[in-house]
Parts: sequence; C-alpha cells; structure tokens
Amino acid sequence: MTAKDLLPIAIFAILAALLPVFVTAGTWLNFAVFTLILCLAAQGWNILGGYGGQYSFGHAAFFGTGAYVAAILQTRLGINPYPGFLAGIAAAAVIGWIIGFLSFRSGLRGSYFALVTLAFAEVFRVLANAAEFTGGAAGLLIKLDVRPENFQFASRGVFFWVALGLVTVVLVITRALERSRLGAQLVAVRENEDAARALGVDVFRVKLSAITLSAGITGAAGALYAQYFLYLDSSIAYGTWISVEALLAPIIGGAGTVFGPVIGGIILHSLSEFTKSLVGRIPGVDLVIFGVLLILVVRFPPRDIPGVIRAWRKR
Amino acid sequence: MRGFPLEIVLESVANGLLTGAVYGLVALGLTLVYGVLHIINFAHGALLTLAMYAAWVAWSAFGLDPYLAILPLVPIFFALGYAVQRFVIGPASRGDDSNILLVTLGLSIVVENAMLAVFRSDTLSVQVPYAMEVIEVGPMLLSFPRVIGFGVAFVVAAVLFVILTLTDTGRAIRAVAKERTGAALVGIDVNHVYAVTFGIGAACLAVAACLLLPSFYVNPRVGNAFVLVAFTIVVLGGMGSVPGALLGGLVIGVVESLSGLYFGDSLGQLGIFVIFILVLLFRPTGLFGAKA
Repeated sequence: MTAKDLLPIAIFAILAALLPVFVTAGTWLNFAVFTLILCLAAQGWNILGGYGGQYSFGHAAFFGTGAYVAAILQTRLGINPYPGFLAGIAAAAVIGWIIGFLSFRSGLRGSYFALVTLAFAEVFRVLANAAEFTGGAAGLLIKLDVRPENFQFASRGVFFWVALGLVTVVLVITRALERSRLGAQLVAVRENEDAARALGVDVFRVKLSAITLSAGITGAAGALYAQYFLYLDSSIAYGTWISVEALLAPIIGGAGTVFGPVIGGIILHSLSEFTKSLVGRIPGVDLVIFGVLLILVVRFPPRDIPGVIRAWRKR
Repeated sequence: MRGFPLEIVLESVANGLLTGAVYGLVALGLTLVYGVLHIINFAHGALLTLAMYAAWVAWSAFGLDPYLAILPLVPIFFALGYAVQRFVIGPASRGDDSNILLVTLGLSIVVENAMLAVFRSDTLSVQVPYAMEVIEVGPMLLSFPRVIGFGVAFVVAAVLFVILTLTDTGRAIRAVAKERTGAALVGIDVNHVYAVTFGIGAACLAVAACLLLPSFYVNPRVGNAFVLVAFTIVVLGGMGSVPGALLGGLVIGVVESLSGLYFGDSLGQLGIFVIFILVLLFRPTGLFGAKA
C-alpha cells in the first residue's frame, strides 16, 4: 500500500468531516449518521460478496449480533460501552466464523449460500424475539446518559465524526486487503473457485477469513446503531431490511471496489430522501425504486452505477 | 416437554397435514422452476403475496368467493409469470447464477413494497360464512377451509402430473429440464418453455393463495413466512422433484404443527429453519448434485 492508494480515502474523509461544520440541522445530521451506519454495514458485505463473490442474504445475523451484544453488556451487566462496542464486533466476527465454517465446509456456493445465510439470520431473529435477556418482543432500551465516557454525545456532529472515522478505517482496511495476498486470493476464488484451488489457494481458509472480517465490520455497524438510536428489537437488529440494505449499496455502487459501498449507500439514501420529499410518506415507495434500480443495474452491464458512467464516458 | 392427550396430538398432526398440502402446492411451483430453469426464485414469496392480494381484491371489490377466484386468477398469474420470465428475469440473468439471484431479489423487493404502498401494512382478511366451520372426523375437529385446501392441492398436483407426462408441452418441459442443448437442437423453443414453466409456477401460487385466504390473512410481508418454508420443503423433497415437494410439504406441515404445540407459536417456526439449515449443510451434494 502506497501513499497514492490512501490519497482518495484521505480526501474523502477530510471533505466529509467538514459536513457538520456547515450543516447543523438535526434532521440532516441524523440522515447523514444513519447513511454512514448503513455504509459501514455495506462495507462489511462488500468484503465477502464484492471481493469474494459469496453473496450473503443474511448479513442481519452479524449486524444484529453486534447490536445486541453491545446493548446487552451495558444494560444487563453495566459494562462500559467502549469495551462493549469491541465485544460486539468480536461476537459478530465469531458468528461469522461459525456460519462460514459450517457453510463453506459443506461446500455451499451461490444461491445455496445465500439461502443458508438467510435462514441463519431468521433463526437469530426468532430466538432474539423469544429470549428473555434480549428484551423479547418489547425490545431493549439503552438508558439515556449523555456523557462522552459513556459513548453518548450531546451533539449529533460528534456521532457523525465517530461514524465517519469507522467508515474511513474500513476504507483503509479494504484498500489494504486489495493490495494483500489474501485479497488477491479472494478475488481469484470469486473469479474461478476451481482454478484458484488448482493453483494452490486454500479456498476454505480464504473464504473463512473473508466472512470473519466481513461479519466483524457489519457487527460494528450494528453496535454503532444501538449506541446511536439507544433502542433495539429483533426485527430491527435481525430483520431482512438490513441484509438487503447491506447488499444493495455495494451492488449499486460497485461491488468489489473500495468506495463502492459508500457511493451506493449515499446514492440510495439520497434517492430515498428525495422520493420521500416528492411523494410524501407513502411507505414502500423508496424500496420499490431500490428494487427497480437493482434489476436495471443487473440487466445492463457493467452492473454498477460507476461502471455505467465509465461506459458512457468511453463512448 | 409437556405431555398432551393423544387426541390433541392426533388433531395437531392432522391439521399439520392439511396445512402441509398447501405448503406443498407453494413448493410445487418453486421446485418446478428450479428443476427446469435451474434457478432459485427469490420472488416466489412476493408472487404469493401478490396472488393473495388479488384474491382479496376479487372478494372485496367484486364479491367473488376466494374458491371461485381460482378460475380467473390462474390464467392471469400464468400470463404474469410467463411475462416476468420472458421479459425481466430471462434477459437480465444472461445465464449467470448471481444475476438471477439479484434479479429475483429485486423483483421481490419491488412487489412486496408496491403492495405496502398500495395496501399499507394493515392485515386484511376475508369474511366467508364457512371460515369457522369444522368437520368431525372421529375424535378430531378439522377446519373446513383447510380440508378444502388439502383436497384441491392434491387435485392440482394430479393435473400438473398429467400435463407433464401426457401433453406435448409437458414433454418439452421435461426435455428442457433433462438436456437443454439437446432440446434446442430438436427444435424446442427453450426460452418459451422456460417462460411456460415459470407461468405454471405462478399459476400454482394463484391456487395456493385462494386456498389460504379463507383461513389466513394477507399483509405485504405474508409471502416471507411462506418462502423459507417453501425452500425448506424443496430442499427436503429434492430440488426439482414434484412428488418430493408434496411429500416434503406434508412433513413440514406436521413438524410445524407439532413444534408449535410443544414449544409455542413463536419458537414453532424455529423447527423449520433448523431442518432447513441442517439439510443444506449435511446433505448438499445428495440433494442438489455435486455442484451448487
């Protein structure tokens, strides 16, 4: 990794960091923080799905585990939220490793991998809804106690910087992965698993590393969500919506690229706010547009919006 | 685990079998599409939701009994399924597994949320005089709509079996399922057969929707409850197998009913997911062939 690799990331981080200086309206900052949290979840998906070609339909399993572990440690055990946050990431990574171990050991690929991840996420949702220590169907409320040492900030701007910091760290991790041996092996597995194996790549180990990293990052998004909104229930934390969001953003913005999930996340959520201002609060309209966008992006290669722009500029 | 009197367990098994037949019908469409097109249709649940809304509209706007609504809805959904495969899924997939996955996911997002935008998230149901009627069989009381559903599901399966074995279209479908290139070489229009198969799958959903409506409810997310169940049945019964889908449906219906009885409703679903995961993990090659 050279300075040139990091330059675009640095420029993005500095420009984005200026946002709270100019934008102080609560609703806009709220929107920006929420978008960044979803970008983070999508960055996690991108490691496994974008670089590794393993399409998970169940990243909610990792998002929810990160969120619940971070929330439960402080509400039930009184542990400080910062170590709780790290524990959330670690727990999500462990869940990722277990799901990866089971499914990759069984040789599940393509649609079957998508199906099994979806089923795992649903199992977690049903369990979280039924168990006592997760607050069951009533959900889990983190006590409002605004102190920086308590990971709660009076200003939304500070939260924005925390979220931006995490997104930036993951951008650097993703770039480093791209330049690493593991990253090259991962792309080889995506392009042709059998050929990669024939060339001596330990396919199982590579996929397992990818899903663990991927789950940890999406778990961080979940833990941050819990810390920002201070409320969780099973259909938020383990709901299908987050699995779909985490997948849509990288596909639309460019799967298997460093900035893809961030670009996609920003496009999707700007579009969603724009439709809401246009048609009012009719539920579902923004998701209809997401779905149509997904179909169109797949229908017309090169399968992402930056690709469409590149193809258009080349003409 | 609590102990229950034998009659209650028997009744639970019987009710599970009755519901399971309709599950089997939902799975029938899915397994047929898989067997012929070799695609996993993630939009299957959303299409079921759409069919249930269609049956609900037929009842609330035109006063049509859900069982009679089968007659207009089957051709409508056949045409819809044909068009979706021919003009959306087919062209977008370009034969790539991950593209099909994403396109059918996109379709399900569009359909589900369009229903949400139009009908909002309220749960709707139909009021028919026979909804609460029961039939006494020995010591058991069986719900009338479920008995009808059971019977019709088997009739549909039989009709489908006849179509597949005796008609030219059925032979073409089986030929394409076995050997696509060979079928194309002898002059079968493969894309047409794909679309017909998808249309039959959608028509099965239309029947299932009309059978479910009198004893069930409809909301924009109702299809999700069925789609994982249907996938479970399909992997359990063997991908692409028509009798497997029906048998798998009955098994899953009983499992769901019994685990609901013993573990309560919220944990009852868990049994299905666990079976699904276990089958996928431990019998993947046996059930789907060597490569997924």
